[in-house]
This record gives sequence, C-alpha cells and structure tokens, in this order.
Amino acid sequence: MYSFEPTDEQKMLIEAVNKYAVNDLRPAAHEAEESRTLPPALIEKGWELGVLQASIPEAYGGFGEHSAVTGVLAQEEMAYGNLAATIAVGVPSLFALPILLCGAEEQKQEYLPNVIEGAWRPYTAALIEYTLDFDPLELRTTATLDGDSYVLRGEKAYVPFARQAEAMIVYAALDGVTQGFIVPKGSEGVIVAEDSEKMMGLNALPTYRVKLDGVRVPRSNRLGGDSGHDFGPILASMRVATAAAAVGVARAAFEYSRDYAKEREAFGVKIAQKQAIAFMLAEMVTEIEAVRMLTWEAAWKLDVGKDDADVAAYFAVTGAMDMAMMVTDRAVQILAGHGYIREHPVEMWMREGRGFAMFTGLMIV
Amino acid sequence: MTIEFEPPKPIVQTQVVLKTVAEEMMRSKSRYFDEHEHEIPWDYIEFMHTAMRAMGVGSLAPKEKKESAEAPKEKRPPIAYQLLATQIEALSWGDVGMYLCTPGGGLGAAAVQAAGTPEQQEKFLARFSGEKPAFAAMCMTEAGAGSDTSAIRTRAVLDEKTNEWVLNGEKIFVTAGDKSLTPYEKLDKGFIVVWATIDPSAGRAGMRAFVVEAGTPGVKVVKLEHKMGIRVSDTATISLVDVRVPFDHILGSPTVEKTTTGFKGAMVTFDATRPLVAASGLGVARAALEFLKEKLTEHGITIRYGLPRQKLTNIEREVIECEIMLRAAWLMVLRAVWMADNKHPNALESSMSKVKAGDVCTKITQKVVELLGPLGYSREFLAEKWFRDAKITDIYEGTGQINRLVVARQILGYTGAELR
Repeated sequence: MYSFEPTDEQKMLIEAVNKYAVNDLRPAAHEAEESRTLPPALIEKGWELGVLQASIPEAYGGFGEHSAVTGVLAQEEMAYGNLAATIAVGVPSLFALPILLCGAEEQKQEYLPNVIEGAWRPYTAALIEYTLDFDPLELRTTATLDGDSYVLRGEKAYVPFARQAEAMIVYAALDGVTQGFIVPKGSEGVIVAEDSEKMMGLNALPTYRVKLDGVRVPRSNRLGGDSGHDFGPILASMRVATAAAAVGVARAAFEYSRDYAKEREAFGVKIAQKQAIAFMLAEMVTEIEAVRMLTWEAAWKLDVGKDDADVAAYFAVTGAMDMAMMVTDRAVQILAGHGYIREHPVEMWMREGRGFAMFTGLMIV
Repeated sequence: MTIEFEPPKPIVQTQVVLKTVAEEMMRSKSRYFDEHEHEIPWDYIEFMHTAMRAMGVGSLAPKEKKESAEAPKEKRPPIAYQLLATQIEALSWGDVGMYLCTPGGGLGAAAVQAAGTPEQQEKFLARFSGEKPAFAAMCMTEAGAGSDTSAIRTRAVLDEKTNEWVLNGEKIFVTAGDKSLTPYEKLDKGFIVVWATIDPSAGRAGMRAFVVEAGTPGVKVVKLEHKMGIRVSDTATISLVDVRVPFDHILGSPTVEKTTTGFKGAMVTFDATRPLVAASGLGVARAALEFLKEKLTEHGITIRYGLPRQKLTNIEREVIECEIMLRAAWLMVLRAVWMADNKHPNALESSMSKVKAGDVCTKITQKVVELLGPLGYSREFLAEKWFRDAKITDIYEGTGQINRLVVARQILGYTGAELR
C-alpha cells in the first residue's frame, strides 16, 4: 500500500533529533561556521542520539536494524539544524554502513563494534576526487592487486576528518570498477594534507585532501572480501542521504525567510502579504515537498531492494541539488540586503545550497 | 503507520486494464476527435458506462462504503481516492479530453457528494447506475467571475408562494454542460449544479449551489466553445432565465449565516478534486514523455542514468529532469489523495500537488515538442496535441496562481483578507 506517515518509533526519533537541531545545533551554527570548528561536545551529543547505533544489529554491537527510510527522516531533521554538524555526527556512518551493507562477515565483526561502541570517534571514507568531471563510477584513483595486497594510487578530496580518522574506506577503480578498501590509520603512503580544505561553505567541517602513494592494504581489506562488492547500494545510500540533507537545509531556509517575511514591513504591510513574496514562498514549500517525496520513495526502494532503487536515488539527489539552490537563493532574496549579511543564517544556507551538487560522498544513511 | 510506496493490488490491476482501454478506445481516436470538435465520442461513453456498471459503480467518484453488518472483513486501509487518481491518470494518458467525457457526473456529482444531504445524494446520484449513461456538470464561472467566485452574479431568489428557487444568470466554461442538459437519445437525463448568490450583499456567505435538472424550463446551452486543446470535451455557455427549481434542490443550508459555509462547500470539493485534476495533467505529461523516449530510442539515443550532470548530453539532462519532475509531482498527488482517503485535512498538499502538476505537465509537453523538432510540431503525431491539452491543467480547477495563493495562505496562516 501507499502510506506517508512515519512509524511511532520514527516519530520519536524525529522529535529527539529535532530537539537537538533546534536547541543545540542552531545556536552553535554561526560561531562554528565563523571559527571553522565544531565543539566536540556538540558532536558527542548528536552521536548520543544513536542514529547509527540504531541501524546496526545487536550481533555487531548495535541495537536495531538498518533502514534508509529512518535514515532520511533523521537526516532531514538534523540538517535542518546545521549541515556541517550533521556530516560530522554521521561521519562514522561513512565507514560503518558500507561495511554493514556490503562487507564480509569478518569485516563486520572486526569493525562495526569498534565504531559504534562508546563515544564518537572519527571513521571516514574517501570518495570525491578533485576534478571537474568527477564521477563516482569512473574513479581516477586506482587499486591493483599485487601478490597478497592491493596497491592504491591517486588523490582524494574533501575527506571529512581524514587527519583524525581511526580508519577510512578509500574508493578506487579496480579494473575500472569502483571498489572500497579499508585503510587503517597510519598506513604507509597515506599522505593527509596538514590544512583542512577551504570551501565556499561547510567551513565548520574539517575535510582534507588525501594522497595515496602506493598504499598497500591486505587482500582481506577489500570491502566484501575477495569477491568484492557492488558499489551501487552504497552510492544510492549516499545519494538519498544527500537529498534528505538538502531537504533539511532548504526547510530551514524556507522557514526562516517565511518568518522574516511575516515580521518585516514595507509600504504599510508585512512583505509576506505581497504576492511577489508569498508566491516565492509557496513555490519553495512545493519544491521542498517534491524532493522530500522523491527521497522517501528512493529510501523505501532501497530498504525493500527494488531494482530501480539506484535510479530513484539518482532522481532524488538530482532534484535535490536544483531545489536546494532555488530555495536557499530565494531565502536570501526575501531577506534582501539583510540576507546578505552573515548575522542571518540564510547566506550560509545558500552557500551550502550550491554544494549539494557535489556533496555526494560526504554522508550516507 | 509507516512510509511505504508499494502500489496496492487494486491499483496495479486498474492500471493494466485501463492501459488497454486507453490504447484501444482513446489513443486510436485522439486525432479524429481533435479534428472534429463537438462530435461526441459515443463509443467511449458507452463502453465506460457499461464497464462501470459491470464493476457495480455508476461513476468514477469514490463512495462512502456502508459498513455491512454480516461477516466483518479484515479492515483494509481506504484507497478510494488513490484508486481514482490512478484511474484518471491512466485514462488521461489515453486522452484527457475523452477522459473528461467519462459519464457518471464528474464535478457536478462530486459537489452533490460533498455538500448534499443523504436524501439529495440518493435523489440525484441514482441515475448514474441506470441503463443509459448520464452526465452532470458544475457551473461556477461567469463572464465576470473566474477565480474570484465572490463576484458571481447569478441570482437565486426564493418564491415563498410556491416554495421554489428562481435562478437567473449566465454561466460559462461548463465542462460537459452540453451532455448534461441536451436530451440526447443515447443518454439518460442529466443535471447541472449552479452556483448562485441568495444575498448579493453577503459576498461569499451568500453563495449556494443548486441542482437544476435537464429539461427545466428556462435553462439552455447557448454556446459551445472552440478551444486550444481538450476539444472532444464540450465546454458550454448556459443561460438561466427564470429557472424554477424545488426548494430542496439547494445543496446544504438554505439560510444565510454570517459565515462562508456555503462557499466552503465548494472549496471542500476543490480540496478533493485538485489532486485529481493534477493527476489528469500528469497522465498527459507521461504520455508525452514516453513518446519522446520511444522516438529517441528509435533514433539510437539512449539515456544514461546515474551520471554526474557534467557528463550528460543536453538531451539526457532534459529527459532526466522531465522524469524527475513527473515522478515528484505524481508522488505529491498520491500523498494528497492518501490524506483524503485517511480523512486528514489536505488543503495544503492538495493545492501544492496542483501547483506542481500544472507546472510539470506544461513544461514537459512543451519540452517534448521542442526536443522532437519538426516531428514534435507535426500533426502526424500526438505530441503537439498533448502540448495543447496539457495547458488546461494549469488553468481549470484553480489556476496555478490561485493555487499558489492558497498554498501561501496555508503556510503563512493568512486569511484571504490578509493575503489578497
């Protein structure tokens, strides 16, 4: 059947994440962006909501089942608070979920409990490459089999928490096919840039360029074991996560500009009473809802294993990148001059809004 | 509850059946009726009537199921509106003009269903399950009153001596007005629902709906419009001169309270029907998009999904964007009708789905004609017809702008006075 209402359990999770987003992330967002740091206590508090922990089965130290639908619901809600923190809180998922979804049994047992038990620690993944035609299905970083190990060569960009990470999954082309490789901290040949990357947005999130100069990992570190894995579900899960985050950021920008328009007066009325503004808001909320629906459907298709789940996820993220740009741009436009001033958050959301065209690889549900 | 997108079995079945109907009964005649405006598609009408009778329903409109006392079945979630939206989308994929010629009462019956008493429903709706097909129509628009329905000038005055309402005025743009009033041999008697004011000083509060039976003296079709698209669907001008109807033909309350209850009756009808109109537009859009993809395939062009934008060809990008819009709009329709089925207030979702569908079906059909080049513009194919047919979606049942206004009022918490 068709149904559009989260379960009671999901509603409770949404409520808890919303509280964190509104009470903790929003007040901290401006300072974090300006100072280019996220307070560790803020990340820890988000980690304790247990979004990842609840998607890992008990056998591997968690207390639930993986669900992309639950994931996107939580993702929208947290990104509504702050995107950089959402990615930071979720960065261990970039390591754990691909192992859960595609890893060999030994890999699950070896890594999953370590990642999710106890306090938040950075585990990460390196997908994006610094080239204008970057394509996750046609990577320039290569993996070659040499005896009992794989040798990784190439360069990765925007790897969140790469300097601090306990371990990371590096995606590389093995005979032209994208495969993940588990690279432990301190592996020889992994050269992480000293300084974090400087981007238009997401300044609070530390991301790094990572060179792989003939890094050797044992054969057993190939994600999925010797026979490898299908990268499709990982990419699709990254895409729906990105789409859901776009919905959250757009919703934040929409609500902020809506509330502003109801306060701000011009020509003797609230500007929201002008159709020029009201219609912009109506279109913003409509487009947000459109992408939310695409995202929910794609996540559901992933959960039930539909054949076209990857296309649905592609649709969701492609729709999301346009929607996020449109909505956040209009939010700035509605606040006009004030929107351009960094005291209001809308300009930050607009800078993030454009980023959704390239954020796939920074988050996963 | 849960979030789920698995189509229920009855919906899948109806899609299969209606695809055949759409291909056999509709597509094959699309061009003929487009070029023979005002001819009536009797084959389609009679086929649909027979089919709906066989299914035990007189119309496509959803009915309140009476709880049967014996053998209470396992409770299934209600899907009447979801099913209806699917049917409308599928039929409109065949031909949206012809879908508008589906017997069973359309918007006229919907108004009786939404605002009528049980006695009125019994009295006026029974005909739709009779031997012959029958039509009913909604008469709202006037020359001077389009989206601004408070400007309606048609008057209803109660003649207290005879206890009859006397109606005077002229209505335009009445879908199926001709089939509802003109006594065709192949049709059973129809009716129209006329919106008129019982107190011109009361504005919307004075607005009421009246059922006028075909054959009532003083009511007649005075003009049939020639349109850009949906040509097979008749669009009538109806004049009412001293039309007398019995007292109980007024839908809902006959008193003028200082409220807009009467008007809200019409608006509730629109909350229910907007996603359905959206669904019909999306049927046209899907037809056009599928045709484009077929032609591209014939031409050796395949669409590569999953690539970053930078690597897509322009045509791939355009097609993918159309597919995304179409899917998103359809999911919004589904959500709106799902809410209607589950008795959740859906004014916002309903209007959002209409805003989106109006945009999407005009953009997609325009894009398809563009991308097909000379083939798109030719009347050899139906792409140009779908372009003309689709445009009405963003106009009737509330223009895209009116629906934006409704959405804006909802999200801002404004009344009509606060946001004009």
